[in-house]
Amino acid sequence: MAWHEIVRDVLKRHKVSLVTYVPDNVLRPLIEGVEADPFFTAFACTREEEALGIVAGAWMGGLRGILLMQTSGFATLPNVIASLAVPFQIPVVMMVSERGTLGEFNIGQSLVARTMRPVLDALAVEHHTMTRLDEAEFVLDRSLVQAYATMAPVCFILSPLLTGGKVFAK
Amino acid sequence: MEALSNHPVSRDQAKVMNRFDLTCRLIGLLRADEAVVGGIGYTNFDLWAASALPGGGRRGPNFYMLGSMGLAVPIALGVALAQPERLVFALEGDGSALMQLGALATVAARGVRNLCIVIMDNGAYQITGGQGTATRQGADIVGIARASGLRQSAWAADEDAFAELAGRALTEDGPWLIGCRIDGGKPVDTTERDPARIRDQFMRGLGVR
Repeated sequence: MAWHEIVRDVLKRHKVSLVTYVPDNVLRPLIEGVEADPFFTAFACTREEEALGIVAGAWMGGLRGILLMQTSGFATLPNVIASLAVPFQIPVVMMVSERGTLGEFNIGQSLVARTMRPVLDALAVEHHTMTRLDEAEFVLDRSLVQAYATMAPVCFILSPLLTGGKVFAK
Repeated sequence: MEALSNHPVSRDQAKVMNRFDLTCRLIGLLRADEAVVGGIGYTNFDLWAASALPGGGRRGPNFYMLGSMGLAVPIALGVALAQPERLVFALEGDGSALMQLGALATVAARGVRNLCIVIMDNGAYQITGGQGTATRQGADIVGIARASGLRQSAWAADEDAFAELAGRALTEDGPWLIGCRIDGGKPVDTTERDPARIRDQFMRGLGVR
């Protein structure tokens, strides 16, 4: 199975049925996969903060969700992770397609990417960089169990080593 | 929208009312089970004050943000999606609404029937010293909402009109947006800043635990 099929199946197994996103090329097969599957409610939001707020509200209402974004979008989130997800103990599940490394062609992406892990570490948010297809199911499955059991947000970073990333186009 | 034509066309034509008074009127119209999400600032404080129960304690299914400015509407949308049979209100100030205008388009695109947004518009960032917002310079949040696809958006001409609009939100499919011009009155109380407790009481109020 491809990485995005594994993600889709593990989300289903854990009843994570709401998917809010700001789109990204690398995430495209995952977005198309969940939009084609009636189990999921998936839609684009205007900003990543908004997508996080929707997932947070949905979880308090009894519905599990995930937000999908790229690295630059994650960089807009520190305030709402620090003032909503963490202090209110809301297990917001985030998935970031990693730009800015392993062949990045846009200097802005390479700079903003360096803020991502320091922000997650500063807020003590569990995060995993996913690089290997054979580990993907284990990492996702165990981390979702932990996020919901401990009511803590979690962030999955999809490395180009897993997804192929976005390649330079002249 | 034709059915809302008896309400003011623009912000300038709406009566300047009082936030605490309007919030009390709204809470008074609710049954026990509607969810109410309060944004930050004085909107939040007056929701807290208006939700005190006569016998002690406080209305259950209320959520009080403690930051994350602008997210009352997205949080309320999430609750509305999770519990389609429950009506959800989002209370926001004009400054907060202006910060996350895209959320209005997202609500319209989802077409949720069980959501009502109430905007308390005093034209100022009141809690930080009263600096003017763009609504003071002519930005019209009801107009923006309509142009974002929220056709059932209206300014409340006065207190009776507010009660009429809130009553329609309670009985007719949404999404709704009610614009309220308010004065610079201070809030009546201050929300307790205990996020784990707020979240737990909200979830119990929603029947999730």
